[in-house]
Amino acid sequence: MNALPTSSLAMVRTLGLVAAICGALVVTAYQGTLASVEANRRLALEHAVFQTIPGAVHMRAFVATPAGIVPAEGAPAAAGERFYAAYDAGGRLLGIAAEAAAFGYAGEVRVLYAYDPAREAITGLTVVAHKETPGIGDKVIHDAAFQANFRALDARLNAARTALANPIRVVRHGTKRAPWEIDAIAGATVTSRAVGKAVNASAQRLLPLLAQHIEALRQAGGENGP
Amino acid sequence: MNAQPARPTPMEEFLEGIWRQNPVFVMVLGMCPVMAVTVSAVNALAMGLATTFVLTGSALLVSLLRGWVPREVRIATYIVIIASFVTVVDYLIQALSLTLYTALGAFIQLIVVNCIILGRAEAHASKNPPLPAVLNALGMGLGFAIGLLALGSVREVLGAGRLFGLALFGADFQPWGVMVQPPGGFFVLGGWLLLFNWLKKRQGRLQAERGTAHG
Repeated sequence: MNALPTSSLAMVRTLGLVAAICGALVVTAYQGTLASVEANRRLALEHAVFQTIPGAVHMRAFVATPAGIVPAEGAPAAAGERFYAAYDAGGRLLGIAAEAAAFGYAGEVRVLYAYDPAREAITGLTVVAHKETPGIGDKVIHDAAFQANFRALDARLNAARTALANPIRVVRHGTKRAPWEIDAIAGATVTSRAVGKAVNASAQRLLPLLAQHIEALRQAGGENGP
Repeated sequence: MNAQPARPTPMEEFLEGIWRQNPVFVMVLGMCPVMAVTVSAVNALAMGLATTFVLTGSALLVSLLRGWVPREVRIATYIVIIASFVTVVDYLIQALSLTLYTALGAFIQLIVVNCIILGRAEAHASKNPPLPAVLNALGMGLGFAIGLLALGSVREVLGAGRLFGLALFGADFQPWGVMVQPPGGFFVLGGWLLLFNWLKKRQGRLQAERGTAHG
């Protein structure tokens, strides 16, 4: 096409060289920031757990598997459902927090919800990460009426303790009737649904696994002080 | 006037993006982040600095490689370079503050497609040695940051009654909510464009009145 075509070799050489330089750049940045990024994530998680479960001052991470509950440190990542048990200063179990995620309008919506084993209810919700439209989807973070859904959201298990007695579901704005229903935000229905779907899916998996072991978790609070 | 424009001095190179060719107020480029992240001064400033970093880093690399890049693969090359610097800045912001990272959301990754950056790589960095390329990019980046900050602070003050998160008015202040919504971005940008163009016109008139002092 051109009068003097560039040799393919020159193109491949340039692209290869640029890719190598850029690869080195990206890897260096990744390695260099990894430690602080992880420390930030840990702090943010702790902060989110303490915010979702008021009064909590220390927490322990566990993994729930069909075989039982094991501390998360050292457990293989994919072994089961990860959750956080939050304790007050006296080592009393205040609640359980777990992360849940589902796709919203523009990407994954990740939330942290609090479960109170004594009341068998979901008692709090914090949005951890999202890519929703500012001003619309991100209302789920602060909207008082939406947050009120999670003050005592029914999460009782069925008689066989294999699943929730009533699946948590999101209903159209203004039509919440049952304590296991979430009233969607008008105009942000897709994001509201994502939050409900995430919480339901996670609770359906985690809560049956937890049911037998609440007492063990209560005991675990005394094992290591804050 | 000169037939052949003289090579700009380093200072002129640096000031080009801040005043004469300001990306926000004169070239009106990269409007996506300008509208989207300028709901607060902190977000605006962080976005401006992140863009400056990407702009400067990619300008340096594009300029260093300018003799090596065949025309046929130049866009691919620039995009790879720009995307790499965006990834770097993405990690840096995560390491700095997750709150900020969450607030800026997808717009950090979207710096890749900010037209100022590819535009500068193509129009300036690929034709100039490293020093002028970096100075020009730095100026453009800071010009962009100033533009974002100008929008962000006005919108935060009017729309939330705060500046850099500090409450400015008493508890009785009723925030002008639309200013932190997308339409507010257009209103405030329109206001700034009006002011900027008026200033430029006035400057031109004053210079004309003073005679052709500058050759």
